[in-house]
Amino acid sequence: MPDLTTNFAGIRCPNPFWLASGPPSNCGEQVMRAFDAGWGGAVWKTIGEPIVNVTSRYSSVDWNGQRMMGLNNIELITDRPIEVNLREIAEVKKRYPKHAVIASLMVESKREAWRDIVKRSEDAGADGLELNFGCPHGMSERGMGSAVGQVPEYTRMITEWVKEAARTPVLVKLTPNVTDIRVVARAARQGGADGLSAINTINSITGIDLDTFTPRPNVGGLSAHGGYCGPAVKPIALHLVQQIAADGEVGLPVSGIGGIGGWHEAAEFMLLGCGTVQVCTAAMHYGFRIVEDMTDGLSNWMDEKGFHTIEDFRGLSLAKMAEWKHLDLNYRIAARIDRDKCIGCELCYIACWDGAHQCIHLDGRADPASVEAASRARIAVTPNPKLDAGQAAGGGAAAVRVPRVDEEECVGCNLCWLVCPVENCITMAPVETGKARESWEMRTSRNS
Amino acid sequence: MMAPDLPVPRNLERFPELHPAFDSQGALAEANRCLFCFDAPCMGACPTHIDVARFIKKIASGNLRGSALTILDANILGLSCARVCPVDVLCEGACVMLKHDGKAIEIGRLQRFAMDSFYGSGAKLTSTRRQAEGPAPPVACVGGGPASLACAAELRRQGYGVTVFDNRPLPGGLNTYGVAEYKLRASDSLREVDLVRSLGVEFRRAEVGEAVTLDDLEKGFSLIFLGLGLGGMERLGIPGDRAVGVMDALQFIERYKTSDYVQVGKRVVVIGGGNTAIDAANAAKRLGAEKVHLFYRRSEKEMPAFPFEFDQSRVEGVRFHWLAQPVEIVEREGRAAAVRFVETRLGDPDASGRRKAEPLGGAGFEVACDMVIPALGQSGFMGLLHESRGIRLNGRSIAIERPTGRTSNPRYYAGGDCVNGGREVVDAVADGKRAALAMARRLAEAANARSHH
Repeated sequence: MPDLTTNFAGIRCPNPFWLASGPPSNCGEQVMRAFDAGWGGAVWKTIGEPIVNVTSRYSSVDWNGQRMMGLNNIELITDRPIEVNLREIAEVKKRYPKHAVIASLMVESKREAWRDIVKRSEDAGADGLELNFGCPHGMSERGMGSAVGQVPEYTRMITEWVKEAARTPVLVKLTPNVTDIRVVARAARQGGADGLSAINTINSITGIDLDTFTPRPNVGGLSAHGGYCGPAVKPIALHLVQQIAADGEVGLPVSGIGGIGGWHEAAEFMLLGCGTVQVCTAAMHYGFRIVEDMTDGLSNWMDEKGFHTIEDFRGLSLAKMAEWKHLDLNYRIAARIDRDKCIGCELCYIACWDGAHQCIHLDGRADPASVEAASRARIAVTPNPKLDAGQAAGGGAAAVRVPRVDEEECVGCNLCWLVCPVENCITMAPVETGKARESWEMRTSRNS
Repeated sequence: MMAPDLPVPRNLERFPELHPAFDSQGALAEANRCLFCFDAPCMGACPTHIDVARFIKKIASGNLRGSALTILDANILGLSCARVCPVDVLCEGACVMLKHDGKAIEIGRLQRFAMDSFYGSGAKLTSTRRQAEGPAPPVACVGGGPASLACAAELRRQGYGVTVFDNRPLPGGLNTYGVAEYKLRASDSLREVDLVRSLGVEFRRAEVGEAVTLDDLEKGFSLIFLGLGLGGMERLGIPGDRAVGVMDALQFIERYKTSDYVQVGKRVVVIGGGNTAIDAANAAKRLGAEKVHLFYRRSEKEMPAFPFEFDQSRVEGVRFHWLAQPVEIVEREGRAAAVRFVETRLGDPDASGRRKAEPLGGAGFEVACDMVIPALGQSGFMGLLHESRGIRLNGRSIAIERPTGRTSNPRYYAGGDCVNGGREVVDAVADGKRAALAMARRLAEAANARSHH
């Protein structure tokens, strides 16, 4: 059984799965139930001067019958008094001394205000602090949240104020709503941050009610942009995490956030260097119980791969990312269709014709229009055993529906493989080119 | 005969619909399973080539009106076909999901969902593609069943006027009178007739060949479509086959579908192995018969009924008996009291490729009953064509050129059961549509020729 215990920037916890700061970590009672369910830590719902919220607060993007592929919120930080939150943190730490409780903080941009909240949080027993420089809605209009995280100088300044007072590790939570996240990450580093959390939510409008023309979420006929999260944002989050983790000037532990709903995604963030992962949307969707398969699935995968600790594989994929100019121009693959597995949906065929390079063919047909014309012209009748004496029944059509790849023409783009609904039916097989590795950079530097 | 209000109230209770409708949640989930195949095989397997993947994706996108119009564009009888099509051997039988996870997309139920939503919303088909030309409709459709309805609707959509001649009180043919009520209610068939009428098709009740002659039609119309269907059911041709208590399956089905009053015996014998025999047997059971015995002269393997019909019938409680052929209906006290059967054995394959039933000797056995329902198939209905008109026959069917429906007399087109020997509603619709498109081309060419002179 692998060891999932974690020491992240000096914060110790039984496993690397933390609740992200948000509705699931709003109060002590929730956090304690989450720890009972198996979460290793929790970043408390951001503490600061209590705010007033609106209704409604969330909206989502559904996709192909699945709910909440992406979630958007316009909820602000905690609406409960600071002392209540801190009293509950103390209670949780008393009952769960081994679990990590991180206080997420956001106060007005004044040195004294920050020093005060840092001291009170640590006195309550928080194991670490997370500075919310990422919240993109509401608070940013008041000069807090992403209004700080979008300006490197502010990020550095407030991080410095906090570090002057803090005794526990300080994490800076970054907003993705910037042009280059590395610049802000470097500023946090310069301010003395012990670690980073990334990413916060992405500015978004999820959709518009086509009857009322009001975007969602609807607050009395008006909407405001919110922060987007959930499965849809994972690719963006992975990229930003990789940007930070691979940057030589940052060099800080990263707690990965963004679309993590299971062990798969957790492993991916860790392979790009994250020491812990934080989860919010998935817990909002399904409850705290999802952590069981996260730990179980990650452990089983680690067993299978021979990893004993997270450090054994953390960051392994960073070396497998490069700039485009370093990719091998002579590496070639081509699509292959397993005729026995093919179900004849022809999605690869039309994808290649309309969306790629016209190198998948149906024998005997020149192009998609002629395929459709032939079908329209075909006369089909309902089989009837009494009337169809001796005739072979329909069927048999399946074989002619299996497309053929012109491997000479195939550019190896992967599109057919991506659209194929059948596991392992289309494979992208290496094609021997006999040529040595050559990148764009190699080619152009030789020519110059 | 005056038609009562349909559906007959008793039937709503005795013949609840066999397949429950999707609710919108279920339809959405099922629609989302569809892969949206290119050149989808379901479309190819449908005789009317409904663009199935397209109408299903429109359900998924919430465009229900567009979904219904996609269906109706290819098949004006989309409502009845959604209910009566043997989807297992058509669209759903061709679904790639059978090879994927073994569970075909429920195309029939999705089509029904789209159609029910269309009819339920009171939506209409308004546009015809062109205005009708000239004062008199150029085409007459003889027969008011699915083939003629599809032909007439397509001609109207192409901009040509049509008059449908039907000899029954209600149009719709077998859709109105001959389909088991738990599959398609007569009232639903009439909603489709109303849709066709709303396109501007004129309906006239008249027996062609008697009240109206082919001469009359030839004088009044440029082209004539024959959607005659088949004739009455074949008689048993054995002693007693006209006894009181003997009623063929189509008469029986028509009566219970459109009349309050129908008397079913306690012990019913059904003779035949087709889908109509099974429909009649199930209906007898549901209308109160205590015992329903179905006898077929060959074995289960040769039975022409679809396997799912057979399975359903066993669930209904019909008892099946193989390898027995009736030789006499025994009359007592002036009505049928028993059927005498002899056993058969299977011999060599006949012209249909199925093994022939050969009667064994001996006195046979009697099965007591108080009602006999023969369901031996319909005879070819060629009475009208005794006037010939140079229309060539192929056996007992009208010979046509398949892609156009044209007969050997270029003014006559034909489709449906009178051409194919008796297949499904969807086959009749496809025939009617093909013929309409061919006739529209003819009429357009003729108009062009005129305008160039």
